[in-house]
Amino acid sequence: MNLDFSEEQEMLRTTTRDFLTKECPKTLVRELEEDEKGYSPDLWKEMAELGWMGLVLPEEYDGMGMGFMDLIILLEEMGRNILPGPFFCTVILGSLPILEAGSEEQKKELLPKISAGELILTLALTEPSARYDATGVATRAVAQDDGFVINGTKLFVENAHIADYIICVTRTKEGASPEDGITLFLVDAKSPGIRCEVMPTMGADKLCEVVFADVKVPKKNMLGELDKGWPVVQRNMEQAAIAKCAEMIGGAQAALDMTLAYAKERVQYGRPIGSFQVIQHYCANMWISVETGKNILYQAAWKVGEGLPATKEVAVAKGYINEAYKFVSERGVQCHGAIGTTRDHDIGLYYRRAKAAELAFGDTDFQRELVAQQIGL
Amino acid sequence: MDFSFTEEEERFRAEVRAFLDQEVTEEFHQELEERGETEFSREFTKKLAQKGWLAMAWPKEYGGGGATMMEQLIFSEEIGYHHAPTGGHRQGINLIGPCLIVHGTEEQKREYLPAITAGEVVWCQGFSEPNAGSDLASLQCRAVEDGDYYVIDGQKTWTTNAHRADWCHLLARTDPDAPRHRGISYFLIDMKSPGISVRPLINMLASHDFNEVFLDGVRVPKENILGEKNRGWYVSQTTLSFERSGIAIPAGAKRNLELLVEYAKETKRNGAPLAQDPIVRHKLAEMAVDIEVNRMIAYRVAWMQHQGLIPVYEASMSKLFGTELIKRLGDIGMQILGLFGPLERGSRWAPLRGRIARACQFSLGGTIAMGSSEIMKNIIATRGLELPREPRP
Amino acid sequence: MDLGFSEEQEMLRTTARDFLDNECPKSLVKEMAEDEKGYTTELWKEMAELGWMGLTIPEEYDGMGMTFLDLVILLEEMGRACLPGPFFSTVVLGGYTILEAGSEEQKKELLPKISAGDLILTLALTEPSGSYEPDAITVKATPKNGEYVISGTKLFVPDANVADYLICVARTKEGASPEDGITLFLVDAKGPGITTTLLKTIAGDKQCEVVFEDVKVPKGNILGELDKGWGVVEKVLAKATVALCAQMVGGAQAALEMSVNYAKERVQFGRPIGSFQAIQHYCANMLTDVDGSKFITYEAAWKISEGLPATMEVSMAKAWVSEAYRRVTLLGHQIHGGIGFCMDHDMPLYFKRSKAAEPTFGDADFHREMVAKQLGL
Repeated sequence: MNLDFSEEQEMLRTTTRDFLTKECPKTLVRELEEDEKGYSPDLWKEMAELGWMGLVLPEEYDGMGMGFMDLIILLEEMGRNILPGPFFCTVILGSLPILEAGSEEQKKELLPKISAGELILTLALTEPSARYDATGVATRAVAQDDGFVINGTKLFVENAHIADYIICVTRTKEGASPEDGITLFLVDAKSPGIRCEVMPTMGADKLCEVVFADVKVPKKNMLGELDKGWPVVQRNMEQAAIAKCAEMIGGAQAALDMTLAYAKERVQYGRPIGSFQVIQHYCANMWISVETGKNILYQAAWKVGEGLPATKEVAVAKGYINEAYKFVSERGVQCHGAIGTTRDHDIGLYYRRAKAAELAFGDTDFQRELVAQQIGL
Repeated sequence: MDFSFTEEEERFRAEVRAFLDQEVTEEFHQELEERGETEFSREFTKKLAQKGWLAMAWPKEYGGGGATMMEQLIFSEEIGYHHAPTGGHRQGINLIGPCLIVHGTEEQKREYLPAITAGEVVWCQGFSEPNAGSDLASLQCRAVEDGDYYVIDGQKTWTTNAHRADWCHLLARTDPDAPRHRGISYFLIDMKSPGISVRPLINMLASHDFNEVFLDGVRVPKENILGEKNRGWYVSQTTLSFERSGIAIPAGAKRNLELLVEYAKETKRNGAPLAQDPIVRHKLAEMAVDIEVNRMIAYRVAWMQHQGLIPVYEASMSKLFGTELIKRLGDIGMQILGLFGPLERGSRWAPLRGRIARACQFSLGGTIAMGSSEIMKNIIATRGLELPREPRP
Repeated sequence: MDLGFSEEQEMLRTTARDFLDNECPKSLVKEMAEDEKGYTTELWKEMAELGWMGLTIPEEYDGMGMTFLDLVILLEEMGRACLPGPFFSTVVLGGYTILEAGSEEQKKELLPKISAGDLILTLALTEPSGSYEPDAITVKATPKNGEYVISGTKLFVPDANVADYLICVARTKEGASPEDGITLFLVDAKGPGITTTLLKTIAGDKQCEVVFEDVKVPKGNILGELDKGWGVVEKVLAKATVALCAQMVGGAQAALEMSVNYAKERVQFGRPIGSFQAIQHYCANMLTDVDGSKFITYEAAWKISEGLPATMEVSMAKAWVSEAYRRVTLLGHQIHGGIGFCMDHDMPLYFKRSKAAEPTFGDADFHREMVAKQLGL
């Protein structure tokens, strides 16, 4: 057992933190909240040059061939800094399913472009039923001529408005079980029949409504096998949930650091508020949550990275970290007092992110249900 | 014991409710939201004045309605339930008006009170400063005598509605050498005075209610001091015996709970109505219980006042309970709405026009403003339970 | 509106408190926890002389004709004193069932004896399923030779070890609904076929297993109508639930006072621990829980006293008080530190009682479900 990060990993963390502190200040974060695209193409290019988009892609596809744990470190730092943009959906929701299910031809065509930062991808899974299981997939793809025709509405699709390709999870057959008959398609986001609209959210996180009306997709754009797409989605959802946890823990750590600094510096009644016992206890509880969250995260991420069964660990991590991030950012606002409730203060950014992240890839109740199943209930 | 209201009180409630049902409609809320004034409406304030309800708690000789505590309680409960905007008059009616009644000269009373009862002027409060929050008595804004004037320099913050207000009631230090509480005076300042500039503080919901107010050599006539010079701290501690139940908070929460219950009944998730999900039922029921407990804690305050008793810690408990409650309700509400929770007004997918997401973010300020939860607990512990004060370092 | 008690009620409270302070010291409480019977006949007699057993029994049956709200005050004081013995079983569970369902003849026979302290009663309702729902009633009463024969097992029957009569809730018919076909029988507790075994519980309260083996009961001992007993049970349960809340409120108040006093007295780091902010905030939380518990209980009690519908209020009270009492005793223990953990300290008495009271007449989850129903969910 080795619970330390390697020297290379520590270096990755440091360079990432330095880069983001410099290139992605909170002024840019706020600016991009209002921005239509929601990301900075210049920053995107720089990130690609650092090799981030291809971090875990094999070298044969111009990636860096690093491990999942390395990606976790990167995401933690991104969450710490609240990096806006399509990194998560391109790399986690886009490149990983292609790596897993794509044909050699698809991989050769798409992965090097992703590594180079030339492609933005996203995954269209959830629908108005707002669920993450196979039953929720009602969007249909019907075989026609040499391809398929897709019809349906996808909701909460990250960054679809700027994506080049949308991996659309469709139903191609009414199978014996809901999991049977699901097929993934790589859909050109500019195809005729696609209507995309950004949904206004409190996290300003560019979730889109994407309506597919008779969208034609060539057969060669099928990702993986016909009707057998669900295991790919399921595996990706685990990766995504734990990747989201990494972002969240990074955010929670930042909220904690910021609160500690404020508690030491803010003076009321002639003393730093951090010398009051209740503020000390709030901070101690916050710290415990963050540290516990990290331990749970790293354990689950290691399992996912090693390809070991990790359903329970991922559910425990997401369930715990959902609540931990919310708790830490809420206490953070309380310790900051009135200043923390303003749009201009950074602590509020974290609170709003915590609320949004809580719901992504399964909220706490959803995760608890998974844990219940895993412990034999 | 008797937990019921008299027939007369029930009639009054019905009248208020009918009025608010008619005035505070969904369309009205929508209009205020579009104007960015969810908490503020001059027109609504005027309508309350016309009904004779605006200053219902004031003594009759000052144009008030001389209402009983129970009537005030009922009125506040209905206003809270309807989420009616009170920003246009809260300061005038609840804070500066009472101070004027107790400490004002005859001239001051004549000049300011009628405009407040008519709902014609909007007041803002210049108390908090960047370094004087919970510890208000450490304020640093200075007022220096200069002939018939005081010249005021300094900065105020968290000034709600400063950008909409006609007048400001403000605390400034007039004797820097005196002990903290004894060198402060209370001023009435025309917001159009030269030297005042207002800078918005945008809250987490991206709406503009708070401001920073900068005072740069603002000249205030000497007759605009309220009460004696250097006695401003004590003037500011004045409270008329208005109801301080805090009932509006659980009442507003009750309305949101009802909306969530309706949503749960109407919305199918996983093939069945959300209302059948035991977790959802449990969460909503828990909130209903908390709201009822909150209502009782608030009623007790009003009832004590009705009996002529002075609440010691009870009003603090109500404030603490209510503001913590709406935080839980905001969080639970968002959980029940699921992925749709964070959607804001303007999306056709946003449930309840995004009001739960707004309530959730808005609730964060509640446990901070007007005495934070920590201050409330200090009061409950030291005044309610007579625990020893923390020794000063 | 009047949220205060009348002068008479305040007087009742004062006499009850004084009496119990004198006659029911904690040493007696602890002794009775070990005692087989669990009460002393001397104290029982004195209580009867004060008129407590007949407090709410109409004057025509030698009672004092007072209201349920008056009884709530008395119960609050009993909860405060941790009064052991069969008062609750006899007066609340027994007395109210007879008042509710008894024939004039039964009332005339039994109620004056209850008032005089000559009779101990209890209600045998729950069974090994531990449920308070009508479908849990499986103990059968079968007509035979002009009598009924009862067979089955009742569990968690309070004070059956000392009772003269058990009111047994039995199934006489498999009706269209579980509510239909339930009948109440007045059973001689010492009759043949009844085996009563005392259960060992943390609070040392006298809960029993009562096994009925072909117990013969004359027809005349039916309380209320044949097959229509559940309505009576519901009404009695509503009263019993609020009555229990009142006891819990009294216990919570005592635990609070004890903790606050200790916090004022106990010096650490050169100052009373009650001057530390963390302890102050614990105490503030406790007071908030206690005050909330009082008024939510009084509201329900008042509604019952006035004969108003109170289903919602009763469940709200029990849902809240169950958890509030537990929170209060847990914080009380935390404030007391090690000393409170000792067996001869009074704090554990309250903690144990809070745990015992939590599931009785339905725990918080049970009552939240009732509230959900009332909300229209």
